[in-house]
Order: sequence, then structure tokens, then C-alpha cells
Amino acid sequence: MHLVRGVVVATALVVSVLEPAHGQSSAAPPDTMAERVLACAPCHGAQGEGTRDPYFPRLAGKPAGYLFNQLVAFRNGRRHYPPMNYLLAYLPEAYLKEMAEYLASLNPPLPPPAVPTAAEEVLVMGRRLVTQGDASRNIPACSSCHGPNLTGMEPGIPGLLGLKPSYISAQLGAWRYGTRTALSPDCMQVVAGHLTEADVAAVTAWLASRPAPEERRSVPKGTYALPFVCGSQPQ
Amino acid sequence: MASLARRALPALLAALLGTAAEAQTAPAVHPDSDVLAKGEYLARAGDCIACHTAPEGKPFAGGRSMATPFGTLFTSNITPDPEVGIGKWTADQFYQMMHTGRSPDGGLLYPAMPFGSYTKVTRADSDAIYAFLMSVAPVNQANRPHDLRFPYNNRQLILGWRTLFFREGAFKPDPTQSAEWNRGAYLVEGLGHCGMCHTPINALGGNSESQAFQGGLIPMQNWYAPSLTSNREAGVGDWSIEEISDLLRTGVSRRGAVYGPMAEVTYNSLQYLTPEDTRAMAVYLKSLGQEAPSPVTSTVPTTESSLLLSLGKTVYDAHCASCHGAQGQGKPPAYPPLADNQSIQMSSAVNAIRMVLNGGYPPGTQGNPRPFGMPPFAQSLSDNEVAAVVTYIRTTWGNRGAAVSAQEANQLRSAPLD
Repeated sequence: MHLVRGVVVATALVVSVLEPAHGQSSAAPPDTMAERVLACAPCHGAQGEGTRDPYFPRLAGKPAGYLFNQLVAFRNGRRHYPPMNYLLAYLPEAYLKEMAEYLASLNPPLPPPAVPTAAEEVLVMGRRLVTQGDASRNIPACSSCHGPNLTGMEPGIPGLLGLKPSYISAQLGAWRYGTRTALSPDCMQVVAGHLTEADVAAVTAWLASRPAPEERRSVPKGTYALPFVCGSQPQ
Repeated sequence: MASLARRALPALLAALLGTAAEAQTAPAVHPDSDVLAKGEYLARAGDCIACHTAPEGKPFAGGRSMATPFGTLFTSNITPDPEVGIGKWTADQFYQMMHTGRSPDGGLLYPAMPFGSYTKVTRADSDAIYAFLMSVAPVNQANRPHDLRFPYNNRQLILGWRTLFFREGAFKPDPTQSAEWNRGAYLVEGLGHCGMCHTPINALGGNSESQAFQGGLIPMQNWYAPSLTSNREAGVGDWSIEEISDLLRTGVSRRGAVYGPMAEVTYNSLQYLTPEDTRAMAVYLKSLGQEAPSPVTSTVPTTESSLLLSLGKTVYDAHCASCHGAQGQGKPPAYPPLADNQSIQMSSAVNAIRMVLNGGYPPGTQGNPRPFGMPPFAQSLSDNEVAAVVTYIRTTWGNRGAAVSAQEANQLRSAPLD
């Protein structure tokens, strides 16, 4: 056995002498998660802060459980966006969990709020829906789950600030039409099903106009009670 | 993801084991745990689970869609459910299906089920796989009918396909070769069904025996399955056995990483094989690599290609060199070397272009559970820049590939990703 190994090593050495490109002792990359999620950077930013692209969301500081659920959903094809489905297709859950925890731990500043282009009455309506909901139409306030500061709650409820209006609107649309789904009971699908297009536009416009709160990370699990059961947020 | 489904369809389609059959005899009872373990291992080697499991579906319950040039196939339920699975099959019937491509009622299987390869599997191995499949949880999930276009929805056409492309027969060891070589040949040609992708597919959806393992574009997926015989492609004649074995089992090696549809093969199948078996496959694969290099010809005009080269270096230095090295030396095995990397110099530039556009992670495996990845550049680089950087890496550091055009890069932006 040792002899065999010796021959193998010797052969490898010969190969490396003859063909320096193969055996060249080049530095190994840093053994860090930052290095391992470089593939995310072109679309989501080096610190997960998002990019100028209007549809690619900020990832930094979202709750790890939420990010993990999304990574698994993309990997399994439940959430459909081919470039993401492709990238994650053959990654094990333990690794996706590590990625989620790393991205959740990042805390780069939020971008300045968008300058509102919507009419004042649209913003007023958006603010009402986000902070109070509309009981007559079975629409709970966004803040009842996503938090009084809209920064989300661990482990499964994402913050809503620092996202581009086109992203928020596209996601609410996807929930409404059933192309985005989550673990059952899928509360977001129920809520979004009650929204009209005008509601989506109003909510989107007001959320995008919000300045960054002092503490931009999600609050710990159990900080407040949810109004209903949600598959993504184990009680 | 679905790409996995498509890999297996060079020929045409998915197995339709489902309509299966009234059994003549009861299935074997309570095989011992050694047989079950062997069967599970061999089912891994045959990658049954990949095609016969739908995304987020129950294992082996089928229902995965497989897009083919002839329509969409849905794989069958191969759990031991007596109504919709193979619960009433006998070990004899299972072997006949593997060996002849016929289900117990005599129906012809679509050749997306790789019976052209599985015909080589021994009776003992078939029996072990059968015993294992009979031991998994039965799932009462009905098979979904195929959605094939006329005239391909006529199963009789399979007879013609079989006449042209199917050679029935168990694997015959070559007595002039070592036991290890023969084990590798058995796995590569049989359960591994490597030829399904790595042998060119013709317009009739068949693999040509005379061109075995010479490589080809995989229909519907727009990935090029490189030749396993040409040392200019994935021919591994000048790789060490360890490098080949590492690549197969862990997904990475000091010479390159698996990507595209091959990532799925390593993820679902090869990572579970013993080092002895991937080593045997390596010994056999290495012996295939012997074809003389073919001359490189570029269709890109010389002036355009020199412009591409200077732009290519700029793009490379800005976006690629930090991982792949200023001289293309890479940081293997995390980041593959590009210098003297056959995968980049193949006559088909499809894979190199797609890697730049789509990026990718090698599969996370037991041997490499936290792979490093490559970012996609489809968003940030123009067609010209993609063509330039691919031309640069194909022609620098002693690499001898041909230049590629912006048009080729553009066409692959719409290649399917799932």
C-alpha cells in the first residue's frame, strides 16, 4: 500500500514538473463564507446590500430562517427564477443553511429611501394598509407580522425596508397570482389574495419611501405575537 | 432540478414502466440486509432516483417531466405500490425490463429509460436493485400520461428505433484487461449509462455505436457533453487516476470541476460510490483517451479575433484573474485552472460561454460539502465582452481553442437553465 502511494506521489511530482500549470502551488482561496458566496455578489452585492438592479433584492440582515427557506425553495424549484434555480440545484441543505446564516449576519447600511413619485393620496393609502390594514377586506396590517419597524422577526419573517419598489411589487404580484408560494399554511398567499392592484401599488410606494430605522436587523423570535398561524414562522 | 431529467433523454424518453402488469408470481420476500444494501448502492450507480423522483416529490414515485425534442415525457412510479408502481412485478420481469427494454405486459419502453445501457447489467445486480426497490415506501401516485407530438406518440415507432440503435446483451468482460478495468467498463457502459450523453445523438434520437463516447450536444439543454475519448475534450488520457476519480466522486479535482448536467450526476449518483469503484471507472475512462487532436479552425475573422483578444484580456484581468489567476493557473481544487484545461478548448465553445454567462457551483458532495462557486456574468458583461473573454481564455497560456463570436454568446443567453 505504501509502495503504491509512493509511486502515485512520484508520478504526481513528475507531472507537476513537466506541466507546471497543473501542479503549480497557487494560493488556496480564503476558507470563509464571504468567499463562498461570491457567486451571489453580482446581483445581490458583495455585502448582500443589493445592487442598482431594480429586481434583485437586498439579502443582508434578513432573518436566517427566511433566507434558508428561500434558498431551499429556489433549489427545489418551488420558487421559480431560473438563474437562482440553476445556481442552487446541487447544494445540500446544511450548506444552504450556512449561507443563510452568513447573509443574515451582514449589516451594511440601508440605501436612502426612494424619492416618492406616487400621488399623496396613494402614499396615504399605502401607509394605512401597511400600518393598520383594512379589516373590512380581511387585510391585516403588514406591520402586524413584519414588525412595528418593518424589519421582520426571526426566524422566518423578512424585513420590508431597503427593497426596490419594483421588487416589492413583483413579489406581491407573484403571491397574488400563486407563482410564489411558501410552506403551508401559506399566510402570505392568503393576505396577498385580498389585495387589489391599487393596493399593491400603494403599499409598494409607501414602503419604498420609508427611511432606514435605527436598528435595521430583525427582532428576535417571539418579540410580538402573530395575528395568525404561518407555515414559515414556527411558533 | 429539471436539467437532471433532460440529461437522460438523448434518445427519446422516459420509461413507461408504470402501466406494468399483472404479476405471474409473488415478489421475492424479505431479502437479507446485505442484498438490500447492495441494491441501494447499485440503484445509486444507476441514478434511478434522479429521473424517477419529481421536485419535492416522494422518492421513486416518478412524475418528473422530461422535455425532449419529441414532446414531454413523465417518468414512472417505480415504488412497490401494487396498482400504480411495480409492486406486482417479479424479479424476472424486472430483469427482462432492464435487459430488453420491455415492460412485463410486453410494452416497449421509451429509450429515455437507458435500457440500451442497462441491458449490460448482470442478473445478480438486477435482482439486488429489484429487492431494494421493493423495500422502499410504496407511493400510490398514478403515472402521468406522456405528452408527445404526432407521430412520436405512436409507440410502434420504438420498434424502428430499437432496430437501429438497441443492442441487447449483458456485459462481457475483456479477458485481456485487469479486473479493475472491467469493473470500470461495466459501471461506465452499464448502470452509469454515460453514453446517453457522451455519445453523439442523431436526428432520430439514437446513439451511434461507432461513435461511442465521442461527445455531443445534449438536446434541449444546450450543454455539450464532451468526448470521453478525445484528450482534447474530456478524454482523460493525460489525467492521473486520482484526478479522474476525485472529479467523479467529489465534483472537483486539480484539473477541473463538474458543471452543468454532470454536476447532477455527481450529486445524485457518483458521490455515493466507493473510492474503489470511481477508481475503476477512472482506469477504464483513462484507457479510452487516445484519439489524435484534431486541428482547430476558427470561423471568426482574424481582425475581429485580435480585437476580441485585447478586450478579452481587459475583461479577464478585471473579473476572472482574482480566482483563476493571472496566468490561468486557478486555485485548484477550489477554482479550476483554465490553462491547459481541455473543457475550455473543445471545438464546441458552448460550455465555456455558458459558464461565463451563468456561473455555477460544483455539486455539494460528501467529499466536498461546501463548494466554492462562480458568479454569473450574464447581467454584467455584454455579448462582445463575453465573446472576448472566452476567446482570450481559449487561446492564451498555450490553450489552442478557436475564437468565438458575440453572436454565439448572444444565442446562449436564452439557453434553458432548468
